[in-house]
Amino acid sequence: MNAIDAKKATGIGASVRRKEDFRFITGNGHYTDDINRAGQAHAFFVRSPHAHATIDAIDFADAMAAPGVLCVLTGKDVAADGLGGLICGWMVHSKDGSPMKTGAHPVLALTHVRYVGHHVAVVIAQTAAQAKDAAELVNVSYGELASVTAVGDAQAPGAAQVHAEAPRNTSFEWELGDKAATEAAFRNAARVVSMDITNNRLIPNAMEPRAAIGEYDKGSGVYTLHTTSQNPHVARLVLSAFIGVAPENKLRVIAPDVGGGFGSKIFIYAEETVCVWASKKVGRPVKWVAERSESFVSDAHGRDHQTHAELALDANGKMLGLRVKTIANLGAHLQLFSASVPTYLYATLLSGQYDLPAIYCEVDGVLTHTAPVDAYRGAGRPEATYVIERLVETAAREIGMDPAEFRRKNFIRKFPHQTPVIMAYDTGDFDASLTEACRLIDYANFPARKREAEARGMRRGIGFSTYIEACGIAPSAAVGSLGAGVGLWESAEVRVNPTGSVEVMTGSHSHGQGHETTFAQLVSDRLGIAIENVEIVHGDTDKVQFGMGTYGSRSGAVGMSAIQVALDKVITKARKIAAHVLEAGEGDIVFEDGRFSVAGTDRGMAFAELALQAYTGHKFPTSEIEPGLKESAFYDPTNFTFPAGCHIAEVEVDPATGIVRVVKFVAVDDFGNVINPMIVEGQVHGGVAQGIGQALLENAVYDPDTGQLLSGSFMDYCMPRADDLPSFDVGMTVTPAPSNPLGLKGCGEAGAIGSPPAIINAITDALGIRDIAMPVTPERAWRAANGL
Amino acid sequence: MTVVAMQVNGKQVSVDVEPRTLLVHYLRENLQLTGTHVGCDTTQCGACVVHVDGKAVKSCSVLAVQAAGSQVRTIEGLADGDKLHPVQAAFKEHHGLQCGFCTPGMIMTAVDMLRRIPKPDEATIRHELEGNFCRCTGYHNIVKAIKAASEVL
Amino acid sequence: MYQFEYHRPRTLDEVTALLARLESPKILAGGMTLLATMKQRLAAPSDLIDLQDIKDIAGISVDAKNVTIGAMTRHHDVASSKDVAKAIPALAYLAGRIGDPLVRHRGTIGGSIANNDPSADYPAACLGLGATIVTNSREIAADDYFRGMFETALKENEIIVRIVFPIPVQAAYQKFPNPASRYAMVGTFIAKTSAGVRVAVTGAGPGVFRMTAMEAALAKNFTAASIDGINAPTEEMLQDMHASSEYRAALVSVMAKRAVAAMLG
Repeated sequence: MNAIDAKKATGIGASVRRKEDFRFITGNGHYTDDINRAGQAHAFFVRSPHAHATIDAIDFADAMAAPGVLCVLTGKDVAADGLGGLICGWMVHSKDGSPMKTGAHPVLALTHVRYVGHHVAVVIAQTAAQAKDAAELVNVSYGELASVTAVGDAQAPGAAQVHAEAPRNTSFEWELGDKAATEAAFRNAARVVSMDITNNRLIPNAMEPRAAIGEYDKGSGVYTLHTTSQNPHVARLVLSAFIGVAPENKLRVIAPDVGGGFGSKIFIYAEETVCVWASKKVGRPVKWVAERSESFVSDAHGRDHQTHAELALDANGKMLGLRVKTIANLGAHLQLFSASVPTYLYATLLSGQYDLPAIYCEVDGVLTHTAPVDAYRGAGRPEATYVIERLVETAAREIGMDPAEFRRKNFIRKFPHQTPVIMAYDTGDFDASLTEACRLIDYANFPARKREAEARGMRRGIGFSTYIEACGIAPSAAVGSLGAGVGLWESAEVRVNPTGSVEVMTGSHSHGQGHETTFAQLVSDRLGIAIENVEIVHGDTDKVQFGMGTYGSRSGAVGMSAIQVALDKVITKARKIAAHVLEAGEGDIVFEDGRFSVAGTDRGMAFAELALQAYTGHKFPTSEIEPGLKESAFYDPTNFTFPAGCHIAEVEVDPATGIVRVVKFVAVDDFGNVINPMIVEGQVHGGVAQGIGQALLENAVYDPDTGQLLSGSFMDYCMPRADDLPSFDVGMTVTPAPSNPLGLKGCGEAGAIGSPPAIINAITDALGIRDIAMPVTPERAWRAANGL
Repeated sequence: MTVVAMQVNGKQVSVDVEPRTLLVHYLRENLQLTGTHVGCDTTQCGACVVHVDGKAVKSCSVLAVQAAGSQVRTIEGLADGDKLHPVQAAFKEHHGLQCGFCTPGMIMTAVDMLRRIPKPDEATIRHELEGNFCRCTGYHNIVKAIKAASEVL
Repeated sequence: MYQFEYHRPRTLDEVTALLARLESPKILAGGMTLLATMKQRLAAPSDLIDLQDIKDIAGISVDAKNVTIGAMTRHHDVASSKDVAKAIPALAYLAGRIGDPLVRHRGTIGGSIANNDPSADYPAACLGLGATIVTNSREIAADDYFRGMFETALKENEIIVRIVFPIPVQAAYQKFPNPASRYAMVGTFIAKTSAGVRVAVTGAGPGVFRMTAMEAALAKNFTAASIDGINAPTEEMLQDMHASSEYRAALVSVMAKRAVAAMLG
């Protein structure tokens, strides 16, 4: 294949079949649990059966005597070794300027347990079964205490307190926006639409449970951690700088194949910390693999908001202002991003796609005796979208305007647009995606479909969601000013080998997103080389110098942009070398379709030939140009990116049983430029499935009296199955992002952000009701349909 | 401990294991066939599906001793040398996988499905996938891949 | 899972001998419930006695009057049996709705009804069709066999050998699955037999039960309308995070009417 054909087949915009697939479809992937180290021992964690209790004593003599047991470690051992606690990497301040409040978060609970599943001790044994057998013999004396789990109960007078440091279980009382301007908007309103909105608690449930293997090499003093991480470098930084389990230069973190993350594998948890720490203590590698029932109680959960929201309109249906008060459940401890999710990733998106002159939002972050709550696919933006899109649809109905027209009337149409809540939208065409989505779903003929369904005894409804989100989470100075503890750039290193093949070291991490393909497409396209000759290397702190990892749909906009910048540097240097080799002025060197040539002549050389020249150093002055061809970049974008789009759902509700069937689902998204449409559509499918899951099926439920997680297995936590979902109709519109060189916006979360309100808007339309709580279980729909 | 012998991917194997050893652990830990995964502990997710005597089962809910004397086929034994099974090829062609963790179980289920129902329609495929969870793909492209495979098988 | 010893006898006599000799043995049929329970460490038998090699307790036979299914017959074999589909299509349909295809390849009818999970499907067919449960020592009518949640008339060490289903004039099963577990949240089995109509309900109550008021109404007039207003007793229905007892009671009626409608074509 020549360079031009290669570019068409595997360059930017081609639906290249994935390079990573072969190993996964043949069973040759290497997930953490597939890795075994010589002499490894196995860890099993003793977890709290109580939501809240004092730890009065731990007797592990029987466990120590059990077959195969090497040691039992508790919070006292952690404290004795001086390990720091687990951290929250984002500082949020309350209205009064005080910093967020929370208690210490030791790696193993020391004096108190604060949620069911809280880590109390670890048993390390020769085999996993022996460790689990012995864990049952660890006798913990608990002093049971009252607990509080529901977000709405946390601040009630007399509620059980999670941490003495946070009175009223309130970590922060935060605000954003112009309160006075918003009050004025409401005073001038012709109509106010208000709603109480709950965003149900979810459990991420990546199909691969978390796992870790810690290993200590006595000779070098180097620790190696294999772990199911979305961001191994951040894990290394936190483990060394904050927890202090090993110096950064003596800790290698490897995130091999990772089976999905959805946010839950961003965070640095107790288990991997213990595996690293204990590996030195027992002198053997220590492996831990979560059972699914452990994932349920101890992976960070998502969402869990209770909100009161009001929208002010003038007499013509023009939006004047938005007022929102949200209580967000943070769980028992703040995790890595916990504080940012219901604040800066939430309230900053409350303007939606609308020209809203005034917004004021208050958020109380509350602590409860539940598993920590942190980023889950969308992280704050689904919650914001749900609030605004439920309000907008309801407002349209109440003023008797078509919901599409009401949106059009209020869309932002000029860019850049500064919202009242920090964000400066740089580009978009909201009307375009709405119009395309209406066309795809055949909106005009919906009434006929509704009539036809009614004849079958079914209630059919249609619901819109025109969402906007912010991805990339950047630039670093901006996120720093909002409280982030780190910069949010990305790094890349492009290594050209003497034979012209290329390795790219990226700080992004792929756990399903297909980076090994899309990133290679960019390189293939820019350098004009076959995609087979490009290797994407990620997930190993020894190979990649530093990186911020993959979350917030940032790998394209930030991670690939870093590669793009590094490629620019490679080409710049290569052009200099080419000028010498081809004996021409640098300005006359043209690089096109994988070939350096002298403009206007037939003199030239292929990229591979140039690469060899770069390494031989025979034909250019190495005093001026260093030999070799390897460049790196740390890329910090100039703004967030703003993916936006329109989702429309059509549902049918069986009033006799309450079963809701999603009969049509259209998603039209503007992700800016697209590298691999097949992969982007796949991201939309998966996100929409999770959004439909939230709307119809999934719910993390704690017993209000005992604090037990009632939905603690797949028997009770309803995962979306193939027969719960329709095939999706995915379309795209494009306005390239101006804030990064590739014009990418990000596509990983949009599906989960846009879809829940579309579903609920469709159900409320079908049933002619104002509101219904997520998830719309058959019973909830049945009650609503029958006025019960 | 008890000696458990069976045929796995056409090869006779024999390992001394505890009776409580599940087939999935026998495959993963004793035979290093790590393509078969464990995604739950309640017999629901289907990441562990293998074929025992020609039928797809959840290997997390079968004891290795129960499978003694059986013919077991795992994802590693599906391709014919370098030639992918049509279902494997279809998963790649139609982007029926993302993180890849559910994929071996999904493919083994699909192969079994197409053995029993050679030309399933979309609704049948979705119903037949009741025992397999995927968190990445929303099933859209898995359904598409199985449909496509059914047309070439 | 705790440690246990494993046995794979070849005859029923060997099974009874083992049951008599061992400390706290359990019979392992398909294992779809037992192994899951053991994995959660909710059961700790000293020994498992695997019935898979006892060939004369598996298989399906159909004569003019009955469909007889051996205890070790897998759900898939019932669901895909042409003979069952011809004699009692509702029974094949029900078997094809248990669990998922992978579970159906392992799970057995004997295991299902020995366990008598209140949300299992097979008990509805047994009770709805008036089946006879044949054990190694006696025959038990379905009406006498099911005794509430996880309780049956089986005595200690009694082994189910086969289930005999009388062929009805017509029958239908309607299942409303729990969205998460896919067990029956409500399953209604209706059979029209020469002796009358039987309506059995699983999932809704603490064990499978008959709706005798519906049976009487349907015997008089076999239409969906005839059971309008005949409701399952709400106070006796199960209640959990997925469904209230009120909702389960309502679903019993809906599923019954749909079963009748299906039978009327």
